[in-house]
Amino acid sequence: MIVLHEMLELFQQHRGKAIVIPGRGNRQWHEISTLPSRDLPLGDPAMGGHAGFALGLAMAMPGEKVVLFDSEGDLQMSLGVLAMVAEHKPGNFYHFLLDNECYATTGGQPVPNAARVAYDQFAKAAGYPSVHAYTNLESLSLDMGRILAAPGPTFVAMKIVPEIENRPMGQRPPRLLRSREQVIAGFRGEFGIAG
Amino acid sequence: MTDTQEAHLSPETVLAEMRKNGVSHVVWLPDSETNWLYMLMKAEPTLTLIAVAREGLAFSTAAGLHVGGKTPIILIQNTGMMEAGDSMRGWGMGLNVPVVMLVGYRGWTRHGVTKDTAAVYTERFLNAFGISYYLVENDRDASRISVAFEEARRTRRPVAVLVGDEYHGFNS
Repeated sequence: MIVLHEMLELFQQHRGKAIVIPGRGNRQWHEISTLPSRDLPLGDPAMGGHAGFALGLAMAMPGEKVVLFDSEGDLQMSLGVLAMVAEHKPGNFYHFLLDNECYATTGGQPVPNAARVAYDQFAKAAGYPSVHAYTNLESLSLDMGRILAAPGPTFVAMKIVPEIENRPMGQRPPRLLRSREQVIAGFRGEFGIAG
Repeated sequence: MTDTQEAHLSPETVLAEMRKNGVSHVVWLPDSETNWLYMLMKAEPTLTLIAVAREGLAFSTAAGLHVGGKTPIILIQNTGMMEAGDSMRGWGMGLNVPVVMLVGYRGWTRHGVTKDTAAVYTERFLNAFGISYYLVENDRDASRISVAFEEARRTRRPVAVLVGDEYHGFNS
């Protein structure tokens, strides 16, 4: 199992100027990121949609690397998105999956068939040209630079130590430090996108 | 033009409205009634088609395209729109995406009793979300598509165009 914060610190060393959609990893990522105007922390607009959002963004901005930290609970809701990505094959898209085998924000209940789903094989069967799977940081650290240097779309499944949240919603720290409007306005400003 | 022709919404007209409003991507889930439109869109060099696996993915994908500076349109059926309710709320309305969704109005009729529950609940569904909608039945209504685009841009919200000619127009 991989500690999320350590994995994100490793990724940061290789990020370059990639756009990052931190998904459910945002609480840790915002402490690590050095390019917040290229981050898109959106919280949880509607479960299962992050990969579709990232695909749309990657297709809209083919000159920029787009990195998504998806979760296995989200992906189980929208497995068809893997075929969508594989159809268009955006070479700038890097799809990392945080697989902690549970719904951590609702108390740690297991996702369906939690420990036995091979998400990298889903991606491979859908048509991703490049797939990887890691259960420890040491192996991932040997490959991270090469993964991000190669063209996408690439799928990277990672077994992550669950950080289970049990406090009532009202007692938890805010998931987003900036509103979605601020995040998107800042992002579009960074790239000179009107509107 | 005959009465029959006047009663149709032609795919060429729909495509012209897309061009007029600068649509760059069509995010859609194909249905048998829109095949003629599909053939035209596929041949249109200014459009990129993104087929989705389920309608909920249409809203998140369109949101990503919009944030990246493109102009998507969503093309789905009313059944799929209802299935996609939470995505429409979160990714469409929650991210202020000014997207027009062209919705095939399955079961719509001006005559007699509406029997198809897909049609019975379509407008109620949109009203529940507070989403504006325009009914387009034939080519004479087509300018409403541009009205929908203008409203979406002005309000920064999804706006629906209900295509009430689904069972003949695109197949004429």
